[in-house]
Amino acid sequence: MAKVVVVTSGKGGVGKTTSTAALGVALAKLGQNVVIIDFDVGLRNLDLVMGAERRVVYDFINVTQGVAKLSQALIRDKRLDRLALLPASQTRDKDALTEEGVLSVITSLRKMFDWVICDSPAGIERGATLAMRFADEAIIVTNPEVSSVRDSDRIIGILDAKTVRAERGDRVAKHLLITRYDQARAARGEMLTIDDVLEILSTPLLGIVPESEEVLRASNLGAPVTFNNPGSGPARAYFDAARRLLGEDIEMTIPTDKQTLFGKLFGRRAA
Amino acid sequence: MSVIQPGQSTRFVCRSYMAVVLAPEPPLVDWVTDIEQRIKGAGAFLVGSPVVLDLSAVKLSQSAIAHLVAELDHRGVRVMGLENTDPATAGAGLPPLVRASRGAATAIDAVNPPKAEPKVEPRPKPTTLLLEEPVRSGQSIFFPDGDVTVLGSVGSGAELVAGGSIHVYGALRGRAMAGSNGNTRARIFCSKIEAELLAIDGYYMTAESMDKGLRHRPVQAWLEGNELKITALD
Repeated sequence: MAKVVVVTSGKGGVGKTTSTAALGVALAKLGQNVVIIDFDVGLRNLDLVMGAERRVVYDFINVTQGVAKLSQALIRDKRLDRLALLPASQTRDKDALTEEGVLSVITSLRKMFDWVICDSPAGIERGATLAMRFADEAIIVTNPEVSSVRDSDRIIGILDAKTVRAERGDRVAKHLLITRYDQARAARGEMLTIDDVLEILSTPLLGIVPESEEVLRASNLGAPVTFNNPGSGPARAYFDAARRLLGEDIEMTIPTDKQTLFGKLFGRRAA
Repeated sequence: MSVIQPGQSTRFVCRSYMAVVLAPEPPLVDWVTDIEQRIKGAGAFLVGSPVVLDLSAVKLSQSAIAHLVAELDHRGVRVMGLENTDPATAGAGLPPLVRASRGAATAIDAVNPPKAEPKVEPRPKPTTLLLEEPVRSGQSIFFPDGDVTVLGSVGSGAELVAGGSIHVYGALRGRAMAGSNGNTRARIFCSKIEAELLAIDGYYMTAESMDKGLRHRPVQAWLEGNELKITALD
């Protein structure tokens, strides 16, 4: 039975697209059939992060409007054939999305994949509400700072009100993914601690992704960190999160980038 | 055949069901044709659902009623009861007479004069609203009829408005406005105060003017004259 997961946050720039791509790759590497959908119509990014920007011919909107078949719009990843991307349209805006169109695409994808991961745009408007509309589960991406946490709280309220599951009296399972976590800054009180965030949001934790240059480097290369540097701290955090999504019970840690002795000795001088 | 043993109790249960009421109008032939058309169109829900015939607009003999019921049955409409017809016309093989719970003085009444029905008091409105889930940022709870109790927390940017008192068993981070209907005796209780604003009967206090020493502690707030007071509960 396929699972539809929305990756959402309310606030922009917290790492929704990065996390969608990294988790999609991690799940596919763990043997799952995965499709990731970009719901950010007009401001698409997922194709860039996945390194597929030169292969986009048809997009999500084309499929919902019947211009193209779903199989024509899906882009199979060249590195992992269990992973596919459904890109957003860059020339349209969110009004081009209709509930019926989204439902028909998601219904078809449910039959083809184990995981349908919807990368939500920021905000609480049409794009974001349609991205979560048919979700079975939600990953709420939060940075450990007050504005991000409050926006996440808002999004959780909307997940409990405006999804099909909520309207049926059912629940959308919610998971909290804390990204850009800097232990040193949290210890100095410059950032909310994990406990603060969990206390405010009272939502189970899926993972803690440390702040790392690896993430930015990977995004710029068009290869999610789980591809580019699977041994790095953030990649290991995403792999753990993916295993937890699959139901494994894994101890919660904050993986950090391993620094070699060489790096420690010469890192400062090189910088 | 089963025999009821002495001492064995039989349980009778009364239940209410929803039924569709059809009111035939003369000429009956045209009416039946019309129903047939409707079933073909959007009226397919009639097929298989319980139907009551309201015969107030037509005067039919027992055999005519039997014919009409058979005609409808033939089209998939199952008549489970008759309403507003002379009890004399009802008989063997016909659906029983029923009476809607409200309205319609019927022929039945002439035979069995209705007993004085016990007056049903309107059920009193609940005076407490219990919320088992946290109130999230951006949500607004408005309950002018009484108290609001929240088992979880009230998020920053959330809003509670109650005619009575407000009880929050988690942290109160949003706004809480009690006594919104002019109830000066309403109070606000919470197990951890980080509220943005507290108000009782319109007299309010923002986070800035609250005693810093009370933050994160369980408190209650009440109105003394025109002044909002807060004190720790621990």
